[in-house]
Amino acid sequence: MTNGLNLKLKIWRQKNQSSDGQLKDYHVKDISPDMSFLEMLDTLNEELESNGEEPVAFEHDCREGICGSCSMVVNGKPHGPERGTTVCQLHMRRFSDGDTLVIEPWRAKAFPIIKDLVVERSAFDRIIAAGGFITARTGSAPDGNAVQIPKEHAELAMDAAACIGCGACVAACKNASAMLFVAAKVSHLSLLPQGKVEARKRVLDMVKVMDQEGFGNCTNTQACEVECPKEIKIENIARLNREWIKASAAARDV
Amino acid sequence: MLESHAPTGPIDKSWDNHRFNLKLVNPANKRKYSVLVVGTGLAGASAAASLAELGYHVKAFCIHDSPRRAHSIAAQGGINAAKNYPNDGDSIWRLFYDTVKGGDYRAREANVYRLAQVSNHIIDQCVSQGVPFAREYSGYLANRSFGGAQVSRTFYARGQTGQQLLLGAYQAMMAQVQKGKVELLPRREMMDIVVVDGAARGIVTRNLVTGKMERFDGDAVVLATGGYGNAFFLSTNAKASNVTAAWRCHKRGAFFANPCYTQIHPTCIPVSGSHQSKLTLMSESLRNDGRVWVPKDPSDKRAASDIPDQDRDYYLERRYPSFGNLVPRDVASRAAKAVCDDGRGVGNSGLSVYLDFRDAIKRDSEDLIREKYGNLFHMYEKITGENPYKVPMRIFPAVHYTMGGLWVDYNLMSNLPGLFVLGEANFSDHGANRLGASALMQGLADGYFVAPYTIGGYLANTKLAPLDTTHPAFDDVNREVENQTQKLLNVDGKRTVDDFHRELGRLLWDNCGMARSQASLKKVLDEVPALRENFWRDVSVTGSEGELNQVLERAGRVADFLEFAEVMARDALTREESCGGHFREEHQTKEGEAKRNDDDFCHVAAWEFKGLGNTPTLHKEPLTFDNVPLTQRSYK
Repeated sequence: MTNGLNLKLKIWRQKNQSSDGQLKDYHVKDISPDMSFLEMLDTLNEELESNGEEPVAFEHDCREGICGSCSMVVNGKPHGPERGTTVCQLHMRRFSDGDTLVIEPWRAKAFPIIKDLVVERSAFDRIIAAGGFITARTGSAPDGNAVQIPKEHAELAMDAAACIGCGACVAACKNASAMLFVAAKVSHLSLLPQGKVEARKRVLDMVKVMDQEGFGNCTNTQACEVECPKEIKIENIARLNREWIKASAAARDV
Repeated sequence: MLESHAPTGPIDKSWDNHRFNLKLVNPANKRKYSVLVVGTGLAGASAAASLAELGYHVKAFCIHDSPRRAHSIAAQGGINAAKNYPNDGDSIWRLFYDTVKGGDYRAREANVYRLAQVSNHIIDQCVSQGVPFAREYSGYLANRSFGGAQVSRTFYARGQTGQQLLLGAYQAMMAQVQKGKVELLPRREMMDIVVVDGAARGIVTRNLVTGKMERFDGDAVVLATGGYGNAFFLSTNAKASNVTAAWRCHKRGAFFANPCYTQIHPTCIPVSGSHQSKLTLMSESLRNDGRVWVPKDPSDKRAASDIPDQDRDYYLERRYPSFGNLVPRDVASRAAKAVCDDGRGVGNSGLSVYLDFRDAIKRDSEDLIREKYGNLFHMYEKITGENPYKVPMRIFPAVHYTMGGLWVDYNLMSNLPGLFVLGEANFSDHGANRLGASALMQGLADGYFVAPYTIGGYLANTKLAPLDTTHPAFDDVNREVENQTQKLLNVDGKRTVDDFHRELGRLLWDNCGMARSQASLKKVLDEVPALRENFWRDVSVTGSEGELNQVLERAGRVADFLEFAEVMARDALTREESCGGHFREEHQTKEGEAKRNDDDFCHVAAWEFKGLGNTPTLHKEPLTFDNVPLTQRSYK
């Protein structure tokens, strides 16, 4: 390879949840600019493995930016320096020869580290279980076209529904708040007529579990929107707040 | 002889009659049954949710940290249904017909008819769950076209249809988790199935965080673990997609049907170098507006935009005027291979063709194209560094989906009683080639609308002895699984797991890929056992058993691919015809189209495991076509 990159890596290594971790130095040579960031890590790992050393554990699966598995902070930014991009879709042409890359896991109380760059994000599943759904028992649905949904509502709902549940919003937030994640789901469902029936209970239950799980509060720094690989807008948080206030007021009424 | 249990009589009544004939489980008794659902993609999550709603106790297992990560999430283009909302002549019968024909007459008619029938309920169900399908300005649902059909029957949510459908099923399942009806067990890999008195009664899983083996008993096991495309190493499948669960069931007696049917998708981003870890699909929906071409002259090395129309060969439009760029996937892939073999491929490697939006942008405006395909164009640019609004995309076929899978009867039950197989993991509905936007349809049909009935039918009709995980059968399986894990860790070799996987993938792609011959398949059968032996002598598996160990996970999966590869090649060698995704060079028409041999091969080939290194036994399920007459497929 003629224009390969030589890079210095500082990677967080941690054996398990109860042990201490530290940044460790590695070098990789001749990295093709066409490689994805994860392929660069694959290259490092293969080298480690053939030397009988333990490779760096990291989560990844689809490598197409949609499953939400990959989750690492590169030089202080969740998913690395490119806007609107998961780290699996980040390509090495974005970096220069001789760069130093610091690679760390998501850091948040609600996302404990399991090993190296792998964190536990099941708190998100518990938030969804609390209310992030529209109850529609299999077999009970009316015809798909029975209810018209204005195109702009469907589009807005889709913008919010594009969330991949990766947790970058939490990792980006100095308060480790999950408001953007929760807001995306609440918006997606409350913007649709099907979602109105359960709207009040949904938002109250989801926010309650969000707080129980140890996520911080939102102080409107907007870091989450900047780092979201799917560019979910913080206007969803405004909608979440409106829904929550409406629901809380109504809960007092009855 | 394999008994499909497909109902006889008029096909449009067969599912209704069958449902009526299935015995029911009393509502109060349902909670006494426990069902283990392995895999939480579209098929698994929808089945888990629906079974729990009915009252069964469900345990759902997934290898990811969350069920929402399953690879169904990556499906882009859409989901078919016979709604006929566009009023363009669609019907259940036409969807049935197109799917049987698209599958090159190698699917079971009754299954396909049922699939077409329930397709409409799927759309209703998903809309009710809040899946944000694309809408017209009127507020009604929008449709687009996909390959192999001349009607617009594909529903979509931008280029993220799979994501939205999966989230719908996942959310429905999580609602049941909250109610305590589904017990969710993430980060678990199914290592083996436990068979007691001939019936599937449990599984052994590895907890991927602690490394501990865990045992679960149940009254039925549902396998919804996807396909085996990653045997090829490079494919559009997610990295964790694997054959292990299906393969272990096969080794315990479940037949593997039509493993040679592999779908090579025509529109993927070409390989850029040896570092490549996976391939990325560009949705087939792009062929609605993109035109596929290569230069007429192999020596024409001008930039695409400098090549005038008269020097371009729009070979799909030329060869297949009535379907044009929307021919089915197998046809489009082979045509791309043919022009590249001809030396007319483009790009540095010469292994790609253009997919050009110039004319569509001129006709409809860049904005409209952005609205339809924005995220796909964005993804293409991220990966290749090229802007497809300005220069044509370059695409090449890649392994994408596997039509083969564990053999199931009409009830989606394998020959191993109590083992139900759903979605891509089974073989049932797509024949030798799957049409675009039909995988999502089948996964959800199986999970929402078929298995919840048929599993009930099985449980109501079967007397199962009570047991728990202390049964000696669990001890035996547990021991075997632990032994294999230890064996992997003890090899202490020098070569990485990926290195072996890549070598296997290369061997399969070159010899059991888009074109196969007797010689190439024999080569696979010769070389795989040696490669497998090498693997067990020289693989490097670092770390230990009792921790999160991603190398060990991959090693176990590659070990199974190294066994599975043989039956895939053997099936391809035995099937002396070309059909759908299975193209034998010896069997083609003068124009280079697939040539079936209905006299000898109009059957499902179901293989029975006879021990590693022994030739498996072939069982044939004859296929009859009473409703869609057998004809040579033509898209001209």
